Amino acid sequence: MQAVFFYLFATIMIASAGVVIFARNPVHSVLFLILAFCNGAGLFLLAGAEFLAMILIVVYVGAVAVLFLFVVMMLDVDFAELKQGFAKYLPVGVGVGVVVLAELGFVALGWSSAPSAADAAANPIIPQMSNTAALGQILYTKYVIFFQASALVLLTAMIGAIVLTLHHKPNIKRQKIAEQNARTRENVIEIKKVPFRTGV
Amino acid sequence: MLTIGLTHYLVVAAVLFTLGVAGIILNRKNIIVILMSVELILLAVNLNFVAFSQSLADLTGQVFALFVLTVAAAEAAIGLAILVTFYRNRGTIAVEDINSLKG
Repeated sequence: MQAVFFYLFATIMIASAGVVIFARNPVHSVLFLILAFCNGAGLFLLAGAEFLAMILIVVYVGAVAVLFLFVVMMLDVDFAELKQGFAKYLPVGVGVGVVVLAELGFVALGWSSAPSAADAAANPIIPQMSNTAALGQILYTKYVIFFQASALVLLTAMIGAIVLTLHHKPNIKRQKIAEQNARTRENVIEIKKVPFRTGV
Repeated sequence: MLTIGLTHYLVVAAVLFTLGVAGIILNRKNIIVILMSVELILLAVNLNFVAFSQSLADLTGQVFALFVLTVAAAEAAIGLAILVTFYRNRGTIAVEDINSLKG
């Protein structure tokens, strides 16, 4: 049963990854990227990493992929023009792909782990504990510095993204709350004696 | 064949990684697809981490995969922000036009 689901998820994931790089329309690329991530989450579940599978759905499908979709739809770009060099790069791309796949294949198939590797586990998986609880237990104790460092990375990314994209146009009227609160009766109201039949 | 071992995961991740690398080369002009290819590569890396974590019964791989996810999310946010700013200033996102930093 596990094998059936593994092959199902793996096939759909690789097929949709292929569509991501070959699709003419980038919107299709983004949608198939979402499909690839969903199937990747399925593979994570099969490998026993339930928490990471859910994080993959929430962070990637919910945030990153939607951000991609938003940018693709917002930019008014002629994507057919961007696709023009595709045929020119096809031999190089396929060549590099074959070489990389061959190298990775040699490593993945002709590989063996030392018999003592399983004993050297830094954080052994405890079968009685759920995956989320076990991850939390080491993430907040042993790896708390790295956890906070990654929070800092996210903070930097957030501030950077805001600073990059926020820009004030000069001729837009905005409410200045501090200025409004600083108004007093003395400096805004002026009483003038208007002479009869002359106006101000 | 019917028991799924570490090698199965490694082969799937290798194919996914290859597709990501090929995607960067094939879509040389479209930087959005290049960013998506980078996401595919990072997914393949995470798959390797999780597969080794399961195979060695060690949670460290999953912790590291979590940090990779963090960095990937930050990278996507910054990359797309730079892209939007660049498009606003230049009106194009073609990669060969992005050479103003060249001396």
